[in-house]
Amino acid sequence: MKIGIIRFPGSNCEVDVWEALRFLGREPELLWHQDRLRQAYDLIVLPGGFSYGDYLRTGAIARFSPVMEDVIRFAREGGLVLGICNGFQILTECGLLPGALLRNASLHFRCAPQWLRVERADLPFTNLYDPGELIQIPVNHGEGNYVIDEAGLAALESNRQIVFRYASAAGEINEAGNPNGSLANIAGIVSKEGNILGMMPHPERVVEKITGGIDGQPLFLSLVKTWERRIRYGT
Amino acid sequence: MLKANVTVTLKKSILDPQGSAVEKSLRSMGYPVEEVRIGKFMEVRLAEESRENAKEIISEICHKLLANPVIETYGFTIEE
Repeated sequence: MKIGIIRFPGSNCEVDVWEALRFLGREPELLWHQDRLRQAYDLIVLPGGFSYGDYLRTGAIARFSPVMEDVIRFAREGGLVLGICNGFQILTECGLLPGALLRNASLHFRCAPQWLRVERADLPFTNLYDPGELIQIPVNHGEGNYVIDEAGLAALESNRQIVFRYASAAGEINEAGNPNGSLANIAGIVSKEGNILGMMPHPERVVEKITGGIDGQPLFLSLVKTWERRIRYGT
Repeated sequence: MLKANVTVTLKKSILDPQGSAVEKSLRSMGYPVEEVRIGKFMEVRLAEESRENAKEIISEICHKLLANPVIETYGFTIEE
């Protein structure tokens, strides 16, 4: 399985993603933002961090880096792309995912374990979760407040593009469980075609027990399973 | 050489938590403040003599990079 993790100046979670995937038996490759995608990849990960110092807007400048030209083409051709935190911000900036991420409503940087409800368990990214499952994955961001206009939200709902919602410990989707003011408690969305996932929480940080949990494991293992099926059955 | 003064502001429909924090602070200082919205101001110097071309270039870069049309609007003036 060919996995590329893009490293921008200011990325700081790329090694976490690399470690998580190695822990799960994969050999991902770190790619520099000035590189191009020179071979066929099965998965591209845009990791968290502060690409280009978050100057202007989060993700705004990263989207114009040379590698992103290839990532955008790869995504449009149906390739699997996972954007985590700053990676999600980059995906919205380049228009691969709708909406935008604003400053947290509280104005506070949030760094804490967070409950999420899995809304879609039928995607290449989530097929090892149960629908409606409550999982705990940490958030670590100052600008995760998801916004989209009314028509956009209606489209997300009717196309079933909302993958994760922030929840309370009891699994309720309410204000108390919302760390940043995101519309409809949106923590992660997928493209209409189901191949591009953007999420603010950090699944790579909860893959090994030693870092406080393993609720992020199924996400990466879902991707591995999807790839294995593709190899075996060509689907 | 021409200079463009670009302002980028959040759309009216977008909540501005920074603006509301400043607004509250000003009100608690006793000023009769109705609303504060925070935006960005950018000066862009262009190696370009024609105002028409400059307008076109600035519109394009506002749309492509300086503003995110999903959440922001922009305006600019051009001066010598």
